[in-house]
Amino acid sequence: MTLTNQSLLTLAGREVPAHINGVATIPYQGVGKYLPHGNKVGAPIRSCANYPANGDKRVPDVGDMTAKLKVALERAGIQDGMTISTHHHFRNGDLVANALFDAAAQLGVKDLRWFPSACFPCHEPLLKYLEDGTIHHIEGSMNGPLGDYASSGKMRGLAVLRSHGGRYQAVQDGQVHIDIAVLAAPTADMFGNATGDRGPSACGLLGFGLADSEYADHVVVVTDNLVPFPCLPWQLQGQNVDQVVVVDKVGDPSQIISGTTRVTKSPDRLLIAENIAKFVRDTGIMKDGFSFQAGAGGITLAFAMFLKEYMREAGVTAGFVRGGSNQYLVEMLEEGFTPVILDGQTFDLEGVRSMRENAGHQNTSPFTSYNFHGKGNFASMLDVVVLGATEVDVDFNANVVTHSDGRLLHGIGGWQNCLFSKCTILAVPSVRDRIPVILDRVTTLVGPGELVDVIATEFGLCINPKRTDLREAAKGSRVPILEIQDLKRRINALCGGEPAKPRLAEQFIAAIQWVDGTTIDGVRRVLS
Amino acid sequence: MNATEAHLHPFTSGRRGAALRGDVWLGFTPAQSGGLVLDFHSRVEGMYGAITRQLLVGLMTAAGVEHGTLEVHDSGAYPFLLRARLESLLVRVTGQADLRLSPEASLGEPLTAPQRNRPRRSRLYLPGNESKYMLNAALHGADAVILDLEDSVAVSAKADARAVVRHALFHLDWKNCERMVRINQGALGLEDLAYLHDAPLHLVLVPKVESAAELRAVDAALGERAVLLMPIIESAKGVMHVMEIAAASPRIVALTLGLEDLTADLGVQKTSAGRETSWACSQVIFAAKALGLQAIDSVYGDIDDDAGLRASVQRAKAIGFEGKGCVHPRQIPIVHEEFAPSAAQVQRACAIAVAFEEAQKQGLGVVSLGSKMIDPPVVKRALKTVSAALEAGLLASDWRSE
Repeated sequence: MTLTNQSLLTLAGREVPAHINGVATIPYQGVGKYLPHGNKVGAPIRSCANYPANGDKRVPDVGDMTAKLKVALERAGIQDGMTISTHHHFRNGDLVANALFDAAAQLGVKDLRWFPSACFPCHEPLLKYLEDGTIHHIEGSMNGPLGDYASSGKMRGLAVLRSHGGRYQAVQDGQVHIDIAVLAAPTADMFGNATGDRGPSACGLLGFGLADSEYADHVVVVTDNLVPFPCLPWQLQGQNVDQVVVVDKVGDPSQIISGTTRVTKSPDRLLIAENIAKFVRDTGIMKDGFSFQAGAGGITLAFAMFLKEYMREAGVTAGFVRGGSNQYLVEMLEEGFTPVILDGQTFDLEGVRSMRENAGHQNTSPFTSYNFHGKGNFASMLDVVVLGATEVDVDFNANVVTHSDGRLLHGIGGWQNCLFSKCTILAVPSVRDRIPVILDRVTTLVGPGELVDVIATEFGLCINPKRTDLREAAKGSRVPILEIQDLKRRINALCGGEPAKPRLAEQFIAAIQWVDGTTIDGVRRVLS
Repeated sequence: MNATEAHLHPFTSGRRGAALRGDVWLGFTPAQSGGLVLDFHSRVEGMYGAITRQLLVGLMTAAGVEHGTLEVHDSGAYPFLLRARLESLLVRVTGQADLRLSPEASLGEPLTAPQRNRPRRSRLYLPGNESKYMLNAALHGADAVILDLEDSVAVSAKADARAVVRHALFHLDWKNCERMVRINQGALGLEDLAYLHDAPLHLVLVPKVESAAELRAVDAALGERAVLLMPIIESAKGVMHVMEIAAASPRIVALTLGLEDLTADLGVQKTSAGRETSWACSQVIFAAKALGLQAIDSVYGDIDDDAGLRASVQRAKAIGFEGKGCVHPRQIPIVHEEFAPSAAQVQRACAIAVAFEEAQKQGLGVVSLGSKMIDPPVVKRALKTVSAALEAGLLASDWRSE
């Protein structure tokens, strides 16, 4: 497997790699157009006769986390070229993935495909295993140094970026087969039942590891808080788990808070958040029983704060809210502004505490929320969702993975999946230190414009021309509404003209998957 | 910038630093021959590197500076700021104090004529050498913006800041904000005015005024320009001379105070209750009202204390102030809300205003509401309340139809 220069043209006019790590690409065909048939894949048949009758699946205490993981990996039958998966509920505080690949390297295994739900700057030590051949390539959202490494074209395989829902889809329809899943769990029992909401390293929930636990050939749960059987409640079922590794510490939950999970202090960004909340109020979206989701990101969190005040003034309560729980959503729950938070992940420790104590939380996973192979989609039932983006264009297409210089720096998360809401609002500053955010054409297409209803900037809101209903509804509002072409002209006038396009090599370094498993765009290496 | 770098070039301008964004640092060493050599580093090289190089070289050549090394560290400065930083540099390199670069085309509407009696509920302070706060300042709805050359600018950066303020005034879209500049005290302030001789602005704030003579000097320096003045009283001496200061120039439209400096001058602690300066505030308010000027309060400095700001505005309004300085855009809506009349006040004012209009139509000298006669000062206050309510968005422009 080598990086490819060969490309295909999608219906959206984007060049994508013709092959992804040796497999022919299915090019993007439009929203809801690609509908694969057949059966979902299944995990291999196992028999309880082969597992300890006393339910004790613990790996013997042979030393530190790396030593124990070596034993677990050997017992799992690790071989060159296998796919190893992890989840990212500890975000930048994960300790398991680094120890896991230390163990694999010590075993001399090569060419592994790492399939994390996301990786973070804390995984920078894994660069050495990309260099020495232990890891062949990464398929998962890459935030930070590993994304930079892939951008430089040094990774031997193509990076494949999927949404959270797309990761579940890829596992279910067989695009990705997980050989060994190694899942950090803040609390577990010896049988492998596990939960995320309690224990000294409580991180909230474990939904991103659910597909791994159900579909991997071999499942290892790693915990630093072993409780007597049964671990209650459990989100991961011990019936899917082969081995349990007990260690000193699986992660640092204080690191689940990041720059994208704090409310902004910037006056311009607060203005954007306030304008969106007013828009949601004035257009009548905010009414009794409505639902919303505010993703990670300083602006979207501030939006939730403003919205709460308008809900209070109007005496409105939501029907349900989707999180990322954080202190602001928890306040809404506790003050009665919503009866329920459907949690996909947790963005701060207040969210973790509330999940443990308040029955108004429901653990979800990408499967329950927005997996393409689900029998319905929570995301499309939402009245409004507010998300961020690195770039948008005049056709309302959006980018969330590369910067305008072409470098791959962010993951997709649940972003693509959430675009399906009834009103999708992208909150972006119009320009960042002379880097325009509104372009003729996004550097990388991650979200098709037909799903983006509103682009909200500090100057006001641009409504997709296709949403005549929203344009009409916004007429009574004092929130400034403007045309995206006018806004782009204004930004270019400030910046000194049309920005030059990034200089890119022919070589692809990543494929961007759409929620259905097709490839919506390719990312090319940046020429320095 | 470390000492070694500073000594590499005899002429520098602008700012640089690892964490700095949206600015540019320029260093220049002249030469006799060899053309212009660029040592160019830019965070936005990919998007705007070529455009930026062309702009800098073109402007230098046009200014007659054709040989030497120009070192550029650009963290994403917009073209108007590039011009400002280069203007400061070229003034130093050429020794021509009156050298000015043509500004970037305006993003907004042309400057309107200054208005004496426009509302000045909120005025947002913007540090003069920091363009990033200026970019979108007008979006936050303040009645006025103040581009500050005084206390928010380090002494070493005064000249740089003048160029930034000049180019920002020309280029940025200030919307409906009254465009104010706070100059420095005394001779430095007159230099500020000379530098900004062509800049589009409405009003100049004159700080630390202690005598009518200071105001007359500023007035004279403005010559024929249609620019208003707002003196800031910041010392015991200033307070004692407030009447003569207020009468020193017909350009004066409002008086305000600087309470930090005033309490320092008095040698007392500034408190939230403000008893230590209540007499001074009253002096300023009485002088203003006596001469038909607006009385405007000092700033509220704690940007995290919304409740404190609210209480401070309530106190200011109660004793006759009509405006407040803001140090953060989020203070603006709170200030406007608190200066706005209450719903009951608006309702009564509207009724009086309608009655007044009826009386005028019928040629009656006396305004009455129901069986009650309304005194002329009450009518005057009601009309003021109606216009304040319109300004605050509490009344629709077609309120008479309701």
